[in-house]
Amino acid sequence: MSDSENQQPRTTGASREADDVSGASTSGEAAGPASDLGLLEALRRGDEEAYLSLVSMHYAAMLRLALMYVGSRAVAEEVIQETWVGVLQGLDRFEGRSSLKTWIFRILLNRARTRAQRENRTIPFSALVTTTEPFEPTVEPDVFRSAEDQHPGSWITPPAAWDSLPEERLLSLETRQQIDQALTTLPAAQREVITLRDIDGWSANEVCDYLDISEANQRVLLHRARARVRRALAGYLAAG
Amino acid sequence: MIEHAMTCQELVELITSYLDDALPADARQRFERHLAVCPGCAIYLEQMRMTLRLLGTLSAETIPATTQQELLAAFRGLRHMGESR
Ligand SMILES: [Zn+2]
Repeated sequence: MSDSENQQPRTTGASREADDVSGASTSGEAAGPASDLGLLEALRRGDEEAYLSLVSMHYAAMLRLALMYVGSRAVAEEVIQETWVGVLQGLDRFEGRSSLKTWIFRILLNRARTRAQRENRTIPFSALVTTTEPFEPTVEPDVFRSAEDQHPGSWITPPAAWDSLPEERLLSLETRQQIDQALTTLPAAQREVITLRDIDGWSANEVCDYLDISEANQRVLLHRARARVRRALAGYLAAG
Repeated sequence: MIEHAMTCQELVELITSYLDDALPADARQRFERHLAVCPGCAIYLEQMRMTLRLLGTLSAETIPATTQQELLAAFRGLRHMGESR
């Protein structure tokens, strides 16, 4: 077994940057080298608690991403399992060129794609294809005053505040199901970005690095996705 | 008014940039100036913040006990293999 990875000095973010070939992470936020180091060491040591907390931390996002490729929850669970086996088998080869998280999710993506091919399912386009989408408003233009109006672009029908709604309603299972429903209607690239950013809590830089997209592209995808979910929620909550 | 004031329709499209602190300083100022005097946009921003909060709760979806057991077994198995190599 090779221990060369362990012997390399990786004590600072700067040392990680040096072997980072990706251009998207120049600000240094893309990877979390310090926390990665501790986590890597724990996994290599066989620390079950660290492993299980990592597994459950990313479970929801992994399941959602896998379900974009495969047909059933059972197969998605298998993809997740194969992913972790791949992670554990590859731990000694992990070089820190990307963050540990990014590396894990790339393995997930590969496993999910392989399964989708085996099942003869269409592989969804990933974020790469949407770089040159034209601008589209995310809020229906007809809720704003027109150009001929004295105050063009201001609300005709302002949104209704949600703060009068009971917290139990907002946090109810049904509300979460509405969000889930809205997520499944999103184009693949938007769904990937919002899942990583807002469900799994990645930074913009991490997502750009992982999907190999520009910051501007990432933001457009996220913005459209969030706007769609907000709109679905507004419709649901207004219906009372 | 000397400079063009941000409209509601413009503001709603800048919310993601605003929340990511990715707006240039002057746009940020115009955004905040508008927000301070426009209840409709303030509500829209609040709705967006709540949407993000609710999306965040989806990460708490718990892993089925059987899956967790299988993943743990895989961890133990692979580790064992590594040790005996
Ligand atoms: Zn406004």
